[in-house]
Amino acid sequence: MNYKMMGRFIAQILAIEAAAMLPALLISLGYREGNAARGFLWSIVIIAAVAAVLWLLCRGAKKGFYAKEGLTCTGLSWLVMSLLGCLPFVISGEIPHYIDALFEMVSGFTTTGSSVVPAVEDLSKGVLYWRSFSNWIGGMGILVFLLAVVPVSEQKGGFTMHLLRAESPGPNVGKLVPRMKQTAIILYVIYILLTVVDFIFLLFGKMPVFDAMCTALSTAGTGGFGIKNDGFASFSPYIQNVTTVFMLIFGVNFSCYYLLLLRQVKSVFRDEELRTYIGMIIVAALLIVLNLRGYYETLGETIRHAMFQVGTVMSTTGFASTDFDKWPTFSKTVILCLMFVGACAGSTAGGFKIGRMLLVFKILGRNIRQILHPNRVLVVRNNDDVVDEKVLQNTNGYLAAYAIILVVSLLLVSLDGFSVETNVSAVISCFNNIGPGFDVVGPMCNFASYGWLSKIVLIFDMLAGRLEIFPILVLLSGSTWKNK
Amino acid sequence: MKIIIAGNGKVGASLARQLSAEGHSLTIIDADPKVLETSIEKYDVMTVNGNCASMHVLKEAGVEDAQLLIAVTDADEVNLLCCMTAHGLNKELHTLARIRNPEYIDQIYQMRDYFALSLAVNPDRQAAREIERLLRMPGFLKREPFAKGRVEIVELKVEKGSKLCGLQLSGLNNLIKCRVLVCSVLRNGKAIAPGGGFVLEEDDRIFVTASTNDLAVMLKNLGMITRKVNRAIICGGGRISYYLAQQLQNSDISLQIIEKDYDRCVQLAGMLPNVNVIYGDAANESLMESERIDDSDALITLTGIDEVNMVISIYGSSKEVPQVITKISELENNSILASLPLGSVISPKEVCCNTIVHYVRAMENQTGAALSVHTIADGQVEAAEFVVDKNTLHCGEPLKNIKIKKDALIACIIHGSKTEIPGGNSTFNVGDSIIVVAGGGKAINQINDIFE
Repeated sequence: MNYKMMGRFIAQILAIEAAAMLPALLISLGYREGNAARGFLWSIVIIAAVAAVLWLLCRGAKKGFYAKEGLTCTGLSWLVMSLLGCLPFVISGEIPHYIDALFEMVSGFTTTGSSVVPAVEDLSKGVLYWRSFSNWIGGMGILVFLLAVVPVSEQKGGFTMHLLRAESPGPNVGKLVPRMKQTAIILYVIYILLTVVDFIFLLFGKMPVFDAMCTALSTAGTGGFGIKNDGFASFSPYIQNVTTVFMLIFGVNFSCYYLLLLRQVKSVFRDEELRTYIGMIIVAALLIVLNLRGYYETLGETIRHAMFQVGTVMSTTGFASTDFDKWPTFSKTVILCLMFVGACAGSTAGGFKIGRMLLVFKILGRNIRQILHPNRVLVVRNNDDVVDEKVLQNTNGYLAAYAIILVVSLLLVSLDGFSVETNVSAVISCFNNIGPGFDVVGPMCNFASYGWLSKIVLIFDMLAGRLEIFPILVLLSGSTWKNK
Repeated sequence: MKIIIAGNGKVGASLARQLSAEGHSLTIIDADPKVLETSIEKYDVMTVNGNCASMHVLKEAGVEDAQLLIAVTDADEVNLLCCMTAHGLNKELHTLARIRNPEYIDQIYQMRDYFALSLAVNPDRQAAREIERLLRMPGFLKREPFAKGRVEIVELKVEKGSKLCGLQLSGLNNLIKCRVLVCSVLRNGKAIAPGGGFVLEEDDRIFVTASTNDLAVMLKNLGMITRKVNRAIICGGGRISYYLAQQLQNSDISLQIIEKDYDRCVQLAGMLPNVNVIYGDAANESLMESERIDDSDALITLTGIDEVNMVISIYGSSKEVPQVITKISELENNSILASLPLGSVISPKEVCCNTIVHYVRAMENQTGAALSVHTIADGQVEAAEFVVDKNTLHCGEPLKNIKIKKDALIACIIHGSKTEIPGGNSTFNVGDSIIVVAGGGKAINQINDIFE
C-alpha cells in the first residue's frame, strides 16, 4: 500500500478540519464563552500540528492510488477526523468523557444526530455550532469537499473515482461531468445554495439568526442535531413545515437537481427511485394520519406531525416535532419500517437507500421467476437500463453485511440490559444515521444511559452506516494491512 | 475543452491518458462495458456504453455541447458514420476519424466533405512514411522531421567502441564537423537534459537536432556510414507493409514481403507488381535463411503480433542485419523494449496519438499553436515547432540573456530557408520558426510557456 500518499491525504483532510473549526472559535469568542473558546483554540492547534507532522513525514510520496488505498483512506480519514474532532468537547469540559465526546462527534459527522447530552440548551453556542456544522460537512462528505478544492495536478492518477465511490452513498456512483473536480464543485454549490435557501426561509419564520443557521446546517446534512431540549416541539408550525420540506429535499439524489438545472425535467421525474421516494412518503404519512385519528386536536395538526415525522425518518435527519414514542404501536411500526429504508442514493441521507432496496426487490422477483422458468435469461432493469450483474452482486453482498452487523450489534448492545425495543431501535437508528429511537432512546431522551461498550459499538455502526459498511470493514480486515 | 472519444481501444485509452492529463473534459464511448470500467478507474473521464454511431448514444455523451469528436474504433466505416451523425447533431463540432483502409486513400478528400470530417488520421500510412525515412538513412533509430523536413531530431544509440563512447558533448561539433545539438539523453530509462560537460556512455540513447542536409556528414564523421539499403525483407503483409511497399515502388530497393495468409499474398502480389511476395511464416528460420536474410540490408517486422515481431527482429539482429525496424502496437514497457536488440521501434499508436494531440492543441490556441509536436525519449520529452509571432516574448534578444525554464531549451531556429542550431548569441524574430524541446512531463502549448 502507498502509505505516504495516504498520509498526505489524511493530512489534507485534517487541515480542512482545523480550518472548519475556525468559525466555531470565532462564535465562542463572540459570545464570550471562555471554556469553549479555549477548547476550540487548543483543538485547532493540535489538529494543525498533527496535520503538519503527517505532511512532513510523508514527503516524496510515489504515485499509485488504487481501489485498496481509496477504500482504506476513506475509512481512516473519517476515523481520524472524529477522533480529533471531538477534542473541543473534552477540552472545554462540556462533554467531559472522551468516549461520550467521540460518540457525539461521530454522530455529528455521520449525520446521525443521536446525542449523549441530556440538555443541549446548556451547551455553549460555539459547541452547538460545531455540532451542527459537523452534520453539514459530514452530509456531503469531507472527501468530496477535498476533491473540490485540491488542484487537479495534486490528484494523481486514479485517485479520485475510488474516493467518490467510497464516500458517496448509493449502489452505483457516477460523475455528473467528466472532470472529478468539476463534479465535486457542482455538488457543493447545489448543497450550499439549498442550505442558504433553507436558512432564509427559517429567518422568515422569525427564528433567531444563530438558531436558524444551526438548524439549516443540521437539516441540510440530514443530521438532526437540535438546539432545543424538546427538539422542534416548541417551534412554530411554519418552521416545522419548512423543515419538513427541506429534510425531504435533502433526501433526494443531488444529480436530480443538476438535471433540473440543465432543464431535463422529464428525466428527473422518470427516475424510479425518486418516484418511489415520493410514493412512500405519501403512503406512510397517510397511514399514520389514519392511525392517529383523534390523537391531536385538529386534522391539520395531525397531518403536520405525521409529515414531519415521516420526513425526519425517511431523510434520516432525526428531528422530532412531537414525542412519537407515545404514538400507537402501528404508527411506531410504520416509523420503524421507514428507518430501514432511508432516502435516495446520492443524497446527504443515510440508511439502506431506496435505490438499493428497489434492486433487492427486483432481484427477489427475478429469483422467483427464475425458479418457475429455469432456462429463461432474465435481466434486472433500472430506469429502463439493464443493471450490471456486478452491481446486483454487490447489492446482495451489502444486504448480507448489513444484516450481520445489525444482529451482532444488537447482541452486544443488549448486554446493558435495556428493553428489546430500546436496543433494536437504538441500533437501527444509529446504523441508518437517523438519531432517535424508541423508549429509553426516544426522541425526547438521549443515549447517555448506555455503557461505554455499547457506545463504541454504536460508534462503529454509525461510521459503517454512513460510509456504506465496506470502507470501515476493510480497516478491520487483516489482508488490508499485510504487504503481500 | 469538451472532447468525446469514440472507441476505447489502444489509441482511445492512450488519448484518454494524455488528454485528461492536459485538463480536458473527456467522455469515452465504447460498446464493451469492461474496458470502460478500466478507463474510468485509471483516468478522470466519464464513459458511455453503446454504439458510438447511434444518435441516442452520442446525445448521452453530450455531443451537443462538445467541441471535438475523435472516432478511433476498429472499423473505418463506424468512425465515418459516427462523425457524420455527430456533425448532424452539432454543426460546430470538429470531427476527427481514423481511416486506415488503403482502399479509401484515394477518396479521402471527398470523404472529408461527405462525412464532415475535420481531419482523417491514417496512422498506418504515417508509420510507413516513418519507416521509409529510416530506410533512406540507415543508422538512426528514429527521425522526427520539423520545418517541412529541413530539420530533424534523430535518435542514435551509443554503441560500444563507437567514437561517441566517452565523448564530452562540447567536443561533438568538432568531431562531426557540423553544428548539431544534443537535446536529450536517455540513460537507464531516464531522460536527461545534458550540458556541455556531459560525457556519453555506452548504451545511452541520444537525441540530436540537426539540419537534414548535415545528417549524412554526421553519420560519415561518426564512422557510422553504412551501405545504402538495397535489399529489404518485410515480415507480415498488413496495411503498413502495403503502404510502405507502395511508397518504395519507385526506389531501387528490392523488397520481399513475407505473409502467411495465401489469399492476402495473392492480393498483395496483384497490387504491388515490383515486390516479391512470399507465402510463408516469417517466424520460420529456414524460410528466412532461404530468403537470404544474411544478405539483406534491412529487416522490417510488421506482423500483427508484437511478440512475433520482437522474436523475428532479435533473430535478425543476431544475423547482423544492418538495419532492423520493429513495429510494436500494444506493448508499452519501454524500458524492457529498450534493452532488447530490436533496432528502431515504430508504434502506429504513438504516431496516431501525436497527430491527434497536436490537433487538439491547435484547436485550443487558435493563434500561437505548435506547427507540429513530437514526443521523443520514450515519451518523456516533447519537441514542438512554433512560429514566432508578435505576441512572443524576447524577440530579438540574444538567447544567453533569456531565462528559460529548467528542462526546456530552444533546439533550432529557422530563419526563412536558413536553419540555425542556436548558440548564446542567436536571436529569433517575428516570422521565424523555432523548435522547442521540453522534458519533465510538461506540455508546451505556446512558445511563451518555456520562458521563466
